[in-house]
Amino acid sequence: MKPFSYVRATNQNTAIQGVADRQSAKFIAGGTNLIDLMKVEVAQPDRLVDITQLPLSEIEINSDGLRIGALARNSDLAYNPEVRSHYPLLSQAILAGASPQLRNMATVGGNLMQRTRCYYFMDIAAPCNKRDPGAGCAAIEGYNRIHAIFGASDKCIATHPSDMCVGLAALDAKVRVAGSNGDRIIPIADFHRLPGDIPERDTVLEQDELIVAIDLPNSPFAKNYHYLKVRDRASYAFALVSVAAALEIENGTIKAARIALGGVAHKPWRAFVAEDILVGAKPTEETFAAAATATIREAKPYRHNQFKVEMAKRAIVRALINATEKS
Amino acid sequence: MVNSDNLNLLLKVNGTQHTLQIDPRVTLLDALREKIGLTGTKKGCDRGQCGACTVLVDGRRINSCLTLAVMYQETEITTIEELAKGDELHPMQAAFIKHDGFQCGYCTPGQIMSAVGLLAEGCPSDDAEIKECMSGNICRCSAYPGIVAAIQEVRQMQPNL
Repeated sequence: MKPFSYVRATNQNTAIQGVADRQSAKFIAGGTNLIDLMKVEVAQPDRLVDITQLPLSEIEINSDGLRIGALARNSDLAYNPEVRSHYPLLSQAILAGASPQLRNMATVGGNLMQRTRCYYFMDIAAPCNKRDPGAGCAAIEGYNRIHAIFGASDKCIATHPSDMCVGLAALDAKVRVAGSNGDRIIPIADFHRLPGDIPERDTVLEQDELIVAIDLPNSPFAKNYHYLKVRDRASYAFALVSVAAALEIENGTIKAARIALGGVAHKPWRAFVAEDILVGAKPTEETFAAAATATIREAKPYRHNQFKVEMAKRAIVRALINATEKS
Repeated sequence: MVNSDNLNLLLKVNGTQHTLQIDPRVTLLDALREKIGLTGTKKGCDRGQCGACTVLVDGRRINSCLTLAVMYQETEITTIEELAKGDELHPMQAAFIKHDGFQCGYCTPGQIMSAVGLLAEGCPSDDAEIKECMSGNICRCSAYPGIVAAIQEVRQMQPNL
């Protein structure tokens, strides 16, 4: 690990100032991803600003929905009684990720900032445009079994590793951010980026911006929902494909639908085309198959991940069936 | 080049305060083993994947390898050394022996600390759910059936479960 200086922030403004003037300074909270990356020198911050003492870990229901403090631990969010009753899809998504020990450490803000687990990004001996802009991408011609089938570029085909963020994408979360130039609210769909020509940027967050909370609007999806995760092991593995499915069904017709996929793109992949097909239709397997087929029409697989296309299609159908059978 | 200056640090481990002077790069795991001398907590992968380094912080299980010691001031850290009271084993330790919940023993402190953490969280009654809740701890000797049996026994001993 490269040397760094350590600062413990006592308030939000000093925390932001602590990273604003230094490009290689980083916030640290749970540290579960950052320390791992620092050990293999993929991350080399020269200053760490510890934000764990800031009062940002509350989870509160309000009239608009739910506000989740950025420093709430993943396990606190997943087991929160309000989340379990009003946003069970989010709870299910979080518990599909990592291990109990990691969920006890990792914060919600840190989960949003997780970096890809692309093998070549993690290996400083391999070329990687995300780690070293302009170096090239070892994955495009390499072993790309775990890589993206949607929205990739000729610079980067990495995927976003989070389960929680797939749940947040389906639930239309908003990310509240504070920075040197004031506060802003970023819809979750705009928070993570597609790689394009600047794959080194995972999100739209600026260097001097701190995630302070995530807001969830009131949700009609507490009854018919399912988070399906397909992976190489039964537990504690990243998704090959995951699907967050949520339906609002009224009088036998789908009134509202949300489909988001994980493990398939550089960001949580909202399948708007599937949602359009579902809304107004009957919740039947034929409808679900039509929605799934439309979603994968945009897929562009690589040499070793062609299986993900069929897997995504079947996972969407299965998640929707499970969501329907929940009521 | 930034210097990692040594920092003064107060760590409370198993009820005892330790004053340390450490480089901020030192993980909680290395502080416990190398600075305080509590070598019961094991270093397996050192990457948060195996769970051998599991300790409790304020009663909750975490991977001590993936975090910096300097971030754990003002917390209560509990390691495997704290479980037995003299010659009297903690019920989870006794149950691991009774049910052959280990072979080589290297992962065992982490398994036991994780199991104790699980009971505090509210342990599920189903074997499959216990396995899911223990998936952060890997056993190279594959003593999993004995580990689950040990956890089941201690779970059933708890009056309020």
